[in-house]
Amino acid sequence: MNNEQASSKELLANYQAKLDEEAREAKKNGKLVCWSASVAPPEMCVTMDIAMVYPETHAAGIGARKGAVDMLDVASEKGYSVDNCSYARVNLGYMELLRQYAKTGVKPEKLANSPAADVPLPDLVITCNNICNTLLKWYENIAAELHIPCIVIDVPFNHTMPIPDYSKRYIVKQFEHAITQLEGITGRKFDYDRFLEVQKQTQRSVAQWKRIASFLKYKPSPLNGFDFFNYMALIVCARSRDYAEITFRKFADELEEKVKNGVFAFGDKEKSRVTWEGIAVWPYLSHTFKTLKGAGSLMTGSAYPGMWNLEYTPGDLMTMAEAYTRIYINTCLDNRASELASVAENGKCDGLLLHMNRSCKLMSVLNYQTAEAVKEKLGIPYVSFDGDQTDPGNFAPAQFDTRVQALCEMMKK
Amino acid sequence: MNRIDEIIAQLSHIASHPAEAIAQHKKETGKGAVGIIYVYAPEEIIHASGYLPVGLWGGQKTISKARAYLVPFACSIMQSVMELECEGAYDDLSAVLFSVPCDTLKCMSQMWKGKAPVITFTHPQNRKIAAANDFLAEEYALVRSKLEKILGTTITDEAIEKSIEVYNENRRTMRDFCDAAAEHPEIIDAVTRHAVIKARFFMEKSKHTALVKELVSELRKQPIKAWKGKKVVLTGIMAEPNGLLELFKTNGLAVVADDLAQESRQFRNDVPAGRTPLYRLAKWWQELDGCSLATNPTKPRGQMLIDLTTEHEADGVVVCMMKFCDPEEFDYPIYYAELQQAGIRNTMIEVDLESKSFEQVSTRLQTFAEVLG
Repeated sequence: MNNEQASSKELLANYQAKLDEEAREAKKNGKLVCWSASVAPPEMCVTMDIAMVYPETHAAGIGARKGAVDMLDVASEKGYSVDNCSYARVNLGYMELLRQYAKTGVKPEKLANSPAADVPLPDLVITCNNICNTLLKWYENIAAELHIPCIVIDVPFNHTMPIPDYSKRYIVKQFEHAITQLEGITGRKFDYDRFLEVQKQTQRSVAQWKRIASFLKYKPSPLNGFDFFNYMALIVCARSRDYAEITFRKFADELEEKVKNGVFAFGDKEKSRVTWEGIAVWPYLSHTFKTLKGAGSLMTGSAYPGMWNLEYTPGDLMTMAEAYTRIYINTCLDNRASELASVAENGKCDGLLLHMNRSCKLMSVLNYQTAEAVKEKLGIPYVSFDGDQTDPGNFAPAQFDTRVQALCEMMKK
Repeated sequence: MNRIDEIIAQLSHIASHPAEAIAQHKKETGKGAVGIIYVYAPEEIIHASGYLPVGLWGGQKTISKARAYLVPFACSIMQSVMELECEGAYDDLSAVLFSVPCDTLKCMSQMWKGKAPVITFTHPQNRKIAAANDFLAEEYALVRSKLEKILGTTITDEAIEKSIEVYNENRRTMRDFCDAAAEHPEIIDAVTRHAVIKARFFMEKSKHTALVKELVSELRKQPIKAWKGKKVVLTGIMAEPNGLLELFKTNGLAVVADDLAQESRQFRNDVPAGRTPLYRLAKWWQELDGCSLATNPTKPRGQMLIDLTTEHEADGVVVCMMKFCDPEEFDYPIYYAELQQAGIRNTMIEVDLESKSFEQVSTRLQTFAEVLG
């Protein structure tokens, strides 16, 4: 593919497929494959040339392609409760099918019929609890089931801001411990020069990611927040590679062009703007988008993509530790509310739409308190709806539509 | 009434009347109480201040006010804690300690509805490296300084060291009690066993130790009788309310050991030796294993349950699954497979503190007792 001529959308599709292909190739050639939590630091593994696979993104893809139910069923058969995170259940179901396939050589029917991207089983996992402790439990289980090493980067909940140095020091020690673990697993010395280059690359990707978000300030907006959700795949899976940087730069350039030419996401039909708080409802992405579009309401705010604004100074592990621990949902209510208010303010939003996500307690339990604080600060209304990131059974389209309608009424006032 | 009955009656009364216990402590010492939202906290720091550490584990409540603040899929214990917060049940406490080892607890720590000031602290989860102890000792230092400020007192290292000794003695005594209870299920049934253990959340620990020691010594004087029923091990966060535990009695199931966060996980390890008292308390967390809230990628819980069952010659394991507790739900498939592989029979019952009828649990336990038979 000619990167110069390709659109950002083509680049996105191409690199996503390429990452999966690289993982499969790595497996085939006896190189290591690591499954990683979405906001765990990939810098150490990428330095060690380990192929990375991201189960959350993978599960979201399965959900969006309507393939979640089969995987959820397999997880249920294993004893996982329907109350557990659906990303985890989809992934653990998928993993079980891969295991059965590896063991018997016969592809289980549910795997054969699955729209899931084909990714290999991991040789190690890395997890980080900056977006939930569920990721600790989920990855513990993967490691135990497959008898493989588990690298944990624990970023303690920041109940008090600013983040104390002793917390950052603890995280830095874990980066160092992870490096030692990786040296043991690979049998190779860690290349600190390369590590610095990987950190610099990560910063270039993050800079372009932030550049995309900056287009949400335009009113009307050239950027539809749902597209932002789609591009998230690369900030998750390839931020330490140039794939993310190249794609995001192209996307931001395209948006710049749109602003110049007066091309906006909803044309001249943008009536209101909302902040979406929480993860997307992947199996119903199109429905949620269309409902909002039908109401002329454009999503120009979401704190979710902003979780990957992982800015730090390459070579300075204390700043890297801070970047990975200051994720808004890993902080106290005051900070969380002020972050969400900034998102809504930057997106010039007229209201908040809260996803009460059955799969994600950390992004649901405090929603009302957070929204109340934002309402007090910015004077904008909010509504909530019940949903789930990947379990289609926990979302009712009619309820969503009614709630959006109510929000639009409130935003008119 | 013999001495055994007297002690049991006393501890059972305290277990079900925490407010009285707090009032009594205030009367005797002039000092109030500091609450500890479950699950684990450095109680010794509070004890060293002379205030009474009180465990807050919810209770059997109809949930109404909490519905306004809490999503329906938060666990049952949180629902009842939130209800009690809203009712003002915790307002007489001088402070409340809040640990955040799960996602719901992180959120709950930020939405306290009571009047007492809240002190939040975080347990590290990469627990087996030394840096985790350093981090936690710093968190505990913060807890200490906040407590000192709120209570208007100084909490010295020496006082904490002394409290650690008091607590370790209580822990040893509780382990003795569990063993003695296992030998005498005809005297210590599931409800009584729980009450003796629960009382430790509402009593100054040396007083609790003294009573339990006496109870153990009285029990050891009793002849060992053959148990006609079956013996089980419990695992989970907690086994309440009493209505649920009554069913163990009616089905002839003796609890010979437990792996409950509210019970043995609190005292199965002593606070180890170490360079400072706060570091010692931090190391306790490092050494705690087999709890769903304490990360360990080697997942030792299954083997620990197998060992517990074997050591106590139990007939099976009863999983007491806290409703909507995802850490516990994540552990289940792993240890379930290990129990199955080891040929250890097991069943799961749901723990819902709001529940007043237990038909489903009753059927489960009855069937289980028959299967074990």
